[in-house]
Amino acid sequence: MKLHRILIANRGEIALRVIRTCRKLGIETVLAVSDADLDSAPARLADIAIRVGPPPAAQSYLHVERIMAAAKAVKADAIHPGYGFLSENARLARAAKEAEIIFIGPDETHLASVGDKLQARDHAVAAGLPVVPGGPVDDAEAALALAGEIGFPVLIKAVGGGGGRGMRHVKEGSEMKPAVNLAMAEAEAAFGDARIYIERFVERGRHIEVQLLGDGRGNVIHLGERDCSIQRRYQKLVEEAPAPDLHPKLRSSICEAAVRFGRHLKYRNAGTVEFLVDINRNEFYFLEMNARIQVEHPVTEAITGLDLIAEQIWIAERNELRLTQNAVRFSGHAIECRINAENPADDFRPSPGTVIRALFPAGEGVRVDTHIESGAHVPPFYDSLLAKIIAHGKNREEALIRMKLALRNCILEGVDTNVSTHAGLMSRSEFIDGGVTTDFLPAFLARTPRLSATEVA
Amino acid sequence: MLDFSSEEVAEILRLLDAAFHDELTLESKRRRVVFRRGAAGGWTQETHTFQLRPVVLLERAEEPRRNIALEATRSPSDTDVIEIRSSLPGTFYRAPKPGAAPFVEVESRVHEHSVVAIVETMKLMNSIHAGAKGKIVEICVTNGDFVEPTTVLMRLRRAGP
Repeated sequence: MKLHRILIANRGEIALRVIRTCRKLGIETVLAVSDADLDSAPARLADIAIRVGPPPAAQSYLHVERIMAAAKAVKADAIHPGYGFLSENARLARAAKEAEIIFIGPDETHLASVGDKLQARDHAVAAGLPVVPGGPVDDAEAALALAGEIGFPVLIKAVGGGGGRGMRHVKEGSEMKPAVNLAMAEAEAAFGDARIYIERFVERGRHIEVQLLGDGRGNVIHLGERDCSIQRRYQKLVEEAPAPDLHPKLRSSICEAAVRFGRHLKYRNAGTVEFLVDINRNEFYFLEMNARIQVEHPVTEAITGLDLIAEQIWIAERNELRLTQNAVRFSGHAIECRINAENPADDFRPSPGTVIRALFPAGEGVRVDTHIESGAHVPPFYDSLLAKIIAHGKNREEALIRMKLALRNCILEGVDTNVSTHAGLMSRSEFIDGGVTTDFLPAFLARTPRLSATEVA
Repeated sequence: MLDFSSEEVAEILRLLDAAFHDELTLESKRRRVVFRRGAAGGWTQETHTFQLRPVVLLERAEEPRRNIALEATRSPSDTDVIEIRSSLPGTFYRAPKPGAAPFVEVESRVHEHSVVAIVETMKLMNSIHAGAKGKIVEICVTNGDFVEPTTVLMRLRRAGP
């Protein structure tokens, strides 16, 4: 089956990214847009842009019925959901199936089994993957008993979803009761599901994830790992591939574990299995699976030379994987910096507005994924991602040199950005050495509280 | 960025590196890209995408709920009434979560640091503080409304010293 017309149910840089691959493949693109994005670069670049509702995401990009109505109206044969919004929404997957429109993603059953964190954890155990010691708890009493077994400190997490919501760090028994109550209230508010579980808190961990491709017939391969340990409030800021300074044996064990998980699910689509690497114990644990394309996929594309959106479409056309594990070749090192509209000098306060001038870097080993052009509006309704700068080199040193120059050639006026934070990070000795843990970025930001654009220039 | 891959762009710029030109404009029906030498070396790109056709309207555009700038109702002498605003544009919420009790109602007594509402901007929740000790006398916008920094969210009558 060949796809001819894809409805893109997303916005921003990922909408543009999907359009680019579709044009290369000769597939027509229809972009679903809210009133806030009628005049965006992706809306202009798509073959058809169709309005789906007012600016708030709940009435447009998150509105299953409106997205489906748009897909039917333009007779799309598939829907690409991008990341975020409805990308892991089982209801959209089901509605599409009923309308005989292909959802470019996994089956709704897979979405359910990886969307529920406890189910995902059970699948991981069944597939023989190590998980962080812990388990589900119904109340503070049960949490205290379990914490007694696995040892403090512990982390309380929401079953229904991630993003730091419903998450609480508990250092000792006396903190448990209020923390459990707060976490359950937050989880209920954010996901409509108050269930929680606890896990041992890993003091010094790295966030390592593995890119998978599966065709739903049991063929699953990995495209190597990414290190996403540079995070602030559970939001990734810098990603790289391969993970620097990771023991080759640990690396291959992690990649093999991810493939085992994908095979166990008979996973179909591009997907990512996230792991926590405990550097004190030199062990790794399954965290969760993301059943969609991810923001940071370009670093994997840079080192493999593959087009992951094209592979997603190929798989959605119900083909068998066209790659074998041995055919995947890795070349060099890639780093991605997420450029956000936020003010690092004011606790990363969001900065919506109009980008008066937008100059991005270009040149050898540099790729920029962005929907921002001079005059572009940055609406307050959606996330603050403006652009992703990806630098690729024959090794990490070269990638870093290219990234530093690229950041100097990234000139955005009209909104505040975190370009200066990235420039500071790229010159920091701990980052240059590689292999930092997730506690690095908060500490780095605390040491350089007023990193302004002028200091870096 | 035009219809070129980043590898092809790099190839073009490599040729330009050795030339005397500082600027190159590529233009197609859909896009224009201007490459310029960067001040610190390397190259910059500035892209412009042309609007070729209008957006398809799936349904009659219902007017998104927008606030109409509110007229100042207080008399000039009434300097004890303070207007509460948000410093960022975003979506106004009266309660900490759907279904929960609102932070304040008209007649609620508040302190300077009392949270009276939250405004969601770019997926971040920002607390709105009363700003002074006193009593809420008016709530000017509806839960879920989009507000601008110019929008008056609430009015508060300052309590005597």
